[in-house]
Amino acid sequence: MSDPVTQLADAIRAAADAKRSLNIRGSGSKAFYGNPVTGEVLDVTAYRGIIEYEPTELVITARAGTPLVEIEATMRDKGQMLGFEPPHFGAASTLGGCIAAGLSGPRRPYSGSARDFVLGVRLLDGRGTDLHFGGQVMKNVAGYDVSRLITGSLGTLGVILEVSLKALPLPPAEMTLCREQTQAEALTLMNEWAGKPLPVTATCHVDGRLYIRLAGATPAVHSAAAKLGGETIADGAAFWQNIRDQRHAFFAGDAPLWRLSLLSTTPGLALAGPQLIEWGGALRWLRSEGDAMSIRKAARSGDGHAIRFRGGESRDGDTRSGAFHPLPSAMLKLHKRIKLAMDPAGILNPGRMYEGL
Amino acid sequence: MMNAPVQVIPVDFERQRAVCAALRAFMPEHNVLFDREDVTPYECDGLSAYRQVPMVVALPENEEQVCAVLETCYEMRVPVVARGAGTGLSGGALPLGNGVLLSLAKLMKIIAIDPLARTARVQPGVRNLFISEAAAPMGLYYAPDPSSQIACSIGGNVAENSGGVHCLKYGLTVHNILRLRVATIEGEIIELGGGGLDAAGYDLLALMTGSEGLLGVITEITVKLLPRPECAQVVLAAFDDVATAGQAVANVIAAGIIPAGMEMMDQPAILAVEPFVNAGYPTDVAGILLCESDGTREEVADEISRIERIMEQSGAHIVRTSRDEAERLKFWAGRKAAFPAVGRLSPDYYCIDGTIPRKRLAEVLRSIAMMGKKYDLRCANVFHAGDGNLHPLILYDANEPGQLERTEAFGADILRLCIDVGGTITGEHGVGVEKIDSMCLQFSTTELEAFHALKHAFDEHGLLNPGKAVPTLRRCAEFGRMHVHSGAEKFPELPRF
Ligand SMILES: Cc1cc2nc3c(=O)[nH]c(=O)nc-3n(C[C@H](O)[C@H](O)[C@H](O)COP(=O)(O)OP(=O)(O)OC[C@H]3O[C@@H](n4cnc5c(N)ncnc54)[C@H](O)[C@@H]3O)c2cc1C
Repeated sequence: MSDPVTQLADAIRAAADAKRSLNIRGSGSKAFYGNPVTGEVLDVTAYRGIIEYEPTELVITARAGTPLVEIEATMRDKGQMLGFEPPHFGAASTLGGCIAAGLSGPRRPYSGSARDFVLGVRLLDGRGTDLHFGGQVMKNVAGYDVSRLITGSLGTLGVILEVSLKALPLPPAEMTLCREQTQAEALTLMNEWAGKPLPVTATCHVDGRLYIRLAGATPAVHSAAAKLGGETIADGAAFWQNIRDQRHAFFAGDAPLWRLSLLSTTPGLALAGPQLIEWGGALRWLRSEGDAMSIRKAARSGDGHAIRFRGGESRDGDTRSGAFHPLPSAMLKLHKRIKLAMDPAGILNPGRMYEGL
Repeated sequence: MMNAPVQVIPVDFERQRAVCAALRAFMPEHNVLFDREDVTPYECDGLSAYRQVPMVVALPENEEQVCAVLETCYEMRVPVVARGAGTGLSGGALPLGNGVLLSLAKLMKIIAIDPLARTARVQPGVRNLFISEAAAPMGLYYAPDPSSQIACSIGGNVAENSGGVHCLKYGLTVHNILRLRVATIEGEIIELGGGGLDAAGYDLLALMTGSEGLLGVITEITVKLLPRPECAQVVLAAFDDVATAGQAVANVIAAGIIPAGMEMMDQPAILAVEPFVNAGYPTDVAGILLCESDGTREEVADEISRIERIMEQSGAHIVRTSRDEAERLKFWAGRKAAFPAVGRLSPDYYCIDGTIPRKRLAEVLRSIAMMGKKYDLRCANVFHAGDGNLHPLILYDANEPGQLERTEAFGADILRLCIDVGGTITGEHGVGVEKIDSMCLQFSTTELEAFHALKHAFDEHGLLNPGKAVPTLRRCAEFGRMHVHSGAEKFPELPRF
């Protein structure tokens, strides 16, 4: 048996020659995300394991099939973490899927997104060519930043083999506060706090309550807590994990789940359905049976975009645009040319993001 | 750098006239320059070893004119080199003798600051420091702070993905921008990023950042502003040898601290700086570290006492903490003036920008010292120690025969060493024309091909800053040196020169 990389490269080459689509798959924890892909499943979980982790270099490099839980546990042992607090959406969720989806958790506005932490990738492009971009150092401007382009491209530009990520130290102290607050008040507060030197690392408004996570040096956390007020939640960590992985009651049930990424100061959305706010106001989750057009319009008026995150496929009146926000024509043209550069045969997860990509 | 393809194309006067006429159809005459005397100020950027006067200089005053310049160049198939403030250190803004130099210097307005959303919308010619100054009354600032921040433009910062001494904690340019308006070579505007923290589609904001003017011309930038930290203090620690100092850096990180800044200077750099700035650095030491903490008073007090302890335990024989803001600024003034200070010691200096895994620091500095002996040139080292970005400054005199050539060879050897130890040839200054041959060492043919394919997606005729950043495969073949795989040294046991 040849090694996993050779096998993957062979499979891609064969598919490219035959112009057969591939449906790249890690653990399948995010199979719901994006548009459905038809094609032969390319399982990438066999290429797994941490390659190098040197805590004092603040860098971890691992193979794409490595489970996120394994990476996080290894880092926790050394007092470190992934600073973008990636959602898992499943116990077996892999690093490759995490980077391909490019999703970030509650900490995102305060310490950065998945792509912000990516330092380098090794990938197989649509010809099965083995390519390295970026590296294992914090600063690197040699060549175009393909590592960050790949992040969030949902497998449409290449099969991620290895990823190097910047690590952050675990904060010595963490505390979650909660207070009753209307949505409008919460939005104002979240934005005001972000403009002050406070050790805030997560915010969430749901069911008339505003949750704030403080983290950092113990005295700093305590003094900020005294300034902000509110009651302390006993199991803050569990609360944020449930928000991150969508296990909070807000996410239960079958109503379609929309994700609107907006200017943080956008007022509460005048759309039917419950809303949960994260990211200091920049992320709005909406449960709505409403039509895609009005939701996308609301997103645009908030200077952002809307993703039909889960469910609602059959009810979606706006099937043309699929899960993701339609791109302006000049941008779509550019996207197609980039796709052509990386995957000329158009076989990697075609249509998962947009038709024609 | 000397081996770079310095253009000696004679001016094609007919073409020059035609291009000027086309540009003057929509721009005032005084914003389209072609007289030798008018265009000479644009002949180089901060890397003055390379010079080339452009055929034409265009100075648009707004975005529409930028688009019109590009559209004109596209139609006439004239290559275009964008230029911000011209402080780049890799020859990225070096003009082409048959091309238009597109200066963004007249686009220098801060369009809007939104204090609640903490953003500033600015034109590309705005100087980096000016943004922080404008945001200061709101208690906000723009974090990336290249030492050139008084002069360099934010458009240039985006094009180079510039860093600064506070980037370890606050990130590089790419981490601090939210949206770009970019003019394509066809003269069309596209928007990358958005009002939120992410945007639909591929992350073209990240791809554009650091693309050195090869993919588009940035016409507007929305930057993130951060709250000014309540306070900041810096610890100055002195060491008897640089390896110990390097270990101290690792110890700080191992203690779970991400300092706001962590900079190292070796003795030659200290000796250059101290008489120049009187920063209060001890001079009889092998190296110093500057380690800053910022945040709330409680955070800083807590972190500073831990940093002091770690420095002492790591073998620092002097540990001094800034007592007030004036002293903090004094400690930093030395570091920030390192380049000009070194510039006083010698007629010319050449700044290298490789990045290495920090754990290889001692060995890399030893090798650089050995190379200095081999090439018989002095070298001072300043170092963004937190993130492994080295700035060896090679001192030379271009008027002494052979010195420039030796300097170039020395520089290329350092870059090769950076690749060998698993690092990169450029951390923040860009490839430009200067490091183009070293790109052949860092990337394989297929990787370079991927870069060219991406470039083609944006600029099929190769009109945007051609000849920079990514070498052609032919050039690499002529250069005749093979890609060395990062981290995989061929003969790790041999001393490296
Ligand atoms: C003394 C000194 C200290 C320095 N310190 C630092 C430092 O600490 N950190 C650091 O990172 N750099 C540093 N630099 C390097 C330099 O200042 C930065 O690279 C800076 O970002 C360049 O900005 P500029 O406006 O001068 O760009 P230019 O030199 O004019 O251009 C740089 C590149 O960007 C392209 N470009 C410029 N504007 C645009 C635009 N609007 N759209 C598309 N492309 C464009 C040009 O074509 C060129 O390739 C230093 C330089 C000097 C001289």
